[in-house]
Amino acid sequence: MSVIGKYFIFLGSLFGKGEKLSVYWRRFMEESVGIGVSSIFIVAIVSTFIGAVSCIQTAYNLVSPIIPVSTVALIVRDMQILELAPTITCIVLAGKVGSNIASELGTMRITEQIDALEVMGINSSSYLVLPKVLAAMFTFPMLVILAAFLGIFGGYLAGTLTGVITERDYLYGIRDSFVPYNLFFMCVKPFVFGFLIATISSYQGFFTQGGALEVGRSSTQAVTNSCISILIADYLLAQLLL
Amino acid sequence: MIEIKDIAKAFNGKEVLKGITSTFREGETNLIIGGSGTGKSVLLKTMIGLIKPDRGNVLYSGRDFYNSDKDMRQSIRREMGVLFQGGALFDSQTVEENVRFPLDMLTDISAAEKKERVEFCLQRVGLEGTGKRMPSEISGGMKKRVGIARAIVMNPKYLFCDEPNSGLDPLTSVKIDELIKEITEEYKITTVIITHDMNSVMEIGQNIIFLYQGDKLWEGLNSDITNTKVPELNEFIFANKLLRDAAKENQNK
Ligand SMILES: Nc1ncnc2c1ncn2[C@@H]1O[C@H](COP(=O)(O)OP(=O)(O)OP(=O)(O)O)[C@@H](O)[C@H]1O
Ligand SMILES: [Mg+2]
Repeated sequence: MSVIGKYFIFLGSLFGKGEKLSVYWRRFMEESVGIGVSSIFIVAIVSTFIGAVSCIQTAYNLVSPIIPVSTVALIVRDMQILELAPTITCIVLAGKVGSNIASELGTMRITEQIDALEVMGINSSSYLVLPKVLAAMFTFPMLVILAAFLGIFGGYLAGTLTGVITERDYLYGIRDSFVPYNLFFMCVKPFVFGFLIATISSYQGFFTQGGALEVGRSSTQAVTNSCISILIADYLLAQLLL
Repeated sequence: MIEIKDIAKAFNGKEVLKGITSTFREGETNLIIGGSGTGKSVLLKTMIGLIKPDRGNVLYSGRDFYNSDKDMRQSIRREMGVLFQGGALFDSQTVEENVRFPLDMLTDISAAEKKERVEFCLQRVGLEGTGKRMPSEISGGMKKRVGIARAIVMNPKYLFCDEPNSGLDPLTSVKIDELIKEITEEYKITTVIITHDMNSVMEIGQNIIFLYQGDKLWEGLNSDITNTKVPELNEFIFANKLLRDAAKENQNK
């Protein structure tokens, strides 16, 4: 319980006295590159393969003469948009970005870099963490949109290459009974997950005590806690918004 | 001038500082010495506002740090330069950016002025031409120098150094000591240095306080340190055999 209290106090400190706006802008750009742009590759790989696999497995399970083949594409699309693209992508990002944030801040803590900022009179949590949180909330939805697109594209590739579905059926299927609201839902998730991953991992890193071993431990803890929080938030969002 | 009055601090019921009172003078290198774990770093951190003491005051030229409002505290902070035990350079920035950092964050001077100031400071610590390198690409001694350059870039009135020469070879370590002393005298800075290096004590210790398990057991000049009657201090000083022999010789004369 006291951990949760400390976490919320930490969140409050992010919005304490800050620095010049130009400083934040530069930091935000740096972090957007570090957190967002550098994750494009892994997100692209993961989502394309997941899309491909989900298409083939769905086709394998749907061998029935009364269901049109295009339904495979429809299912791939909805799985991607509702769950796979936002949640799986963010779990992957929790591993990549979360451990990165925690070990960076943990190292800064144990090598007294955070103390050095504090001594200069800089609000270290706001200077270091706030840009990370904003960058995650800004770039994660874009990564998820990319993931959804590539996932559906991966399904297309796998489906047409293996011949389980024709190009015409696939293109028909992904446009069939489309609910635009789902896209909104898809973008809300990474927005929330980005906040959770960035703040939880920062919290873990920021309060690291000890040496290199503890930095590793914070980093593991950051990933574990981020993943758990994502799954809980995923469930709550589904209840709330669907 | 910095005065500390009755500084005490306990962690989880364990008293690390038991009420330390002292004065650190302007234009001099004031040393805090003592064995490992006696609370030197904690004392320094209470002085610079990183650890709040349980009781006691720290006065910067008469201004009480902990009983001031935010603005006053902020302006005192801007007069401080700190060299941390490990240098505490920002890994993601070049040497030049590290030194420029306080200027970027805390001042509104033009880019040209910043450049000039950074170059001056780097040159002052003997590191001209290394500005473009990353902290991971330079040696431990150079990191300390960059740390010093960053600490003096804002023209501090108060300079704090936590073990500026730990982990350095004797020659480099003497150079760093001399550099700090020179800067201190040149700019009339109040400098506080933590060390357990007897070499530094004899070379640059003008005003020395000796901590032992959270108490101040001795205070004085380096010329007096070898003939004190404080057993703990004697033990500390004469851990070095050479000094022990030298002292014996003195007594025999
Ligand atoms: N944040 C902290 N929480 C709990 N205990 C602490 C903390 N910081 C320091 N201590 C304890 O205070 C004591 C003094 O530590 P300090 O770092 O001041 O020693 P030191 O004199 O600087 O030693 P060294 O010469 O090895 O650097 C140690 O026993 C240490 O365990
Ligand atoms: Mg220490």
